[in-house]
Amino acid sequence: MDNIIKVTVIDREGIAHELEAPTDMSMNMMEVCKSYELSVEGTCGGMAMCASCHMYIESDTLLPLKSNDEEDMLDEAFFVDDEKSRLGCQLHITPELDNLVVKLAPVGE
Amino acid sequence: MIETDILIIGAGPTGLFTVFEAGLLKLKCHLIDSLPQAGGQCSEIYPKKPIYDIPAYPDILAGELTDKLMEQIAPFKPGFTLGESAVTVDKHEDGSFIVTTNRGTKHKAPIVAIAGGLGVFEPRKPPVENLSNFEDKGVEYIIKDPEFYRGKDVVISGGGDSALDWAYFLANGVANKVSLVHRRNSFRGHLDSVQKVMDMADNGKLNLITEAEVVGVKGEDNLKELVIKHKTQGEILVTTDHWIPLFGLSPKLGPIADWGLNISKNSIEVDTFDYSTNIEGMYAIGDVNTYPGKLKLILCGFHEATLMVQSAFARIHPDKKNVLKYTTVNGVSGF
Repeated sequence: MDNIIKVTVIDREGIAHELEAPTDMSMNMMEVCKSYELSVEGTCGGMAMCASCHMYIESDTLLPLKSNDEEDMLDEAFFVDDEKSRLGCQLHITPELDNLVVKLAPVGE
Repeated sequence: MIETDILIIGAGPTGLFTVFEAGLLKLKCHLIDSLPQAGGQCSEIYPKKPIYDIPAYPDILAGELTDKLMEQIAPFKPGFTLGESAVTVDKHEDGSFIVTTNRGTKHKAPIVAIAGGLGVFEPRKPPVENLSNFEDKGVEYIIKDPEFYRGKDVVISGGGDSALDWAYFLANGVANKVSLVHRRNSFRGHLDSVQKVMDMADNGKLNLITEAEVVGVKGEDNLKELVIKHKTQGEILVTTDHWIPLFGLSPKLGPIADWGLNISKNSIEVDTFDYSTNIEGMYAIGDVNTYPGKLKLILCGFHEATLMVQSAFARIHPDKKNVLKYTTVNGVSGF
């Protein structure tokens, strides 16, 4: 389908959800998860200011580099894996993200 | 005891605008907020970020929006209890509510409007086993009084400004020994804060442990040791009197969740007729409420506040006539 990519989100129970995400709605991975009612808070609304959309990249998809804001926020996050951790809100849905696989990071207290 | 007509819990944009709409109906307001300043998320999380969907403002900074709202409500002289969070609610014999904060400040009002947004901002706690056993017994998430640490051994965790600034402050002749633990070997935060801490580490006045995380807490009654996991050196034990993890704040619905309100998905269910909750005299407006079609927008919070105060007026003055007035016709006369 035009303007639709497929992404897989593995939730905290280990269940893989295959989702369709539109590339023409200025969405990001945090929002895609929320739109499918997966358990992602996205407290700050997507400004890289809360790390409540922390996820691990499980596929070898080539992703844009982290911005300073994202690096800073991951600095204050917990359960961070330097190789895999990203903030979902900073991963914009583009055709390049087709077949991306992510796993939701645990939520702290 | 602080007495008012409408007690607003949460001084974010929705709570602040409630004061204006209530003021037009000659109702007085008092606001409680856990943060030390008004503005809620707008001032705490993103004061320098622009907002583009406030009608008539093509863009406005969140901090600026807060300032403008404070200016707009000034004529109605709202009261503020800042830096305290609403903890309990009781019914007075005259039917009004008594809301008490974590510091024991009591507020009495016939109407309570919960405009609590995402909830109370609380320090983020690192996921370390048994951490809660040592809270206030060596583990503190906020530095209330630096003198408390005089002559003590202190470990601070975090890479942001507050971790850097406190490490510098306490290492400067207050604490006996200060260690700063950070996950990476670079620090965010203001360059001069970073430089000051680096200089101290070079001079041996501060023990900098980077690429490391505290993964365990040990002690009997009080904290005695921290297990620190270093990227290359493995686990090391550090003896300390205090551990202060500084990882910023995150919002929690908090004690309001236990007030007997109908809650779904961390939000308070309301009737969209007047944003009333299941408790008579208690309303919920803004990001804290939920109803079919709810959108968490400042714009919608303003609308909800406006309708809510009409209902609150009818409840406070059941026999008084009221009609919608236009500010352009009547102007704004404060208290």
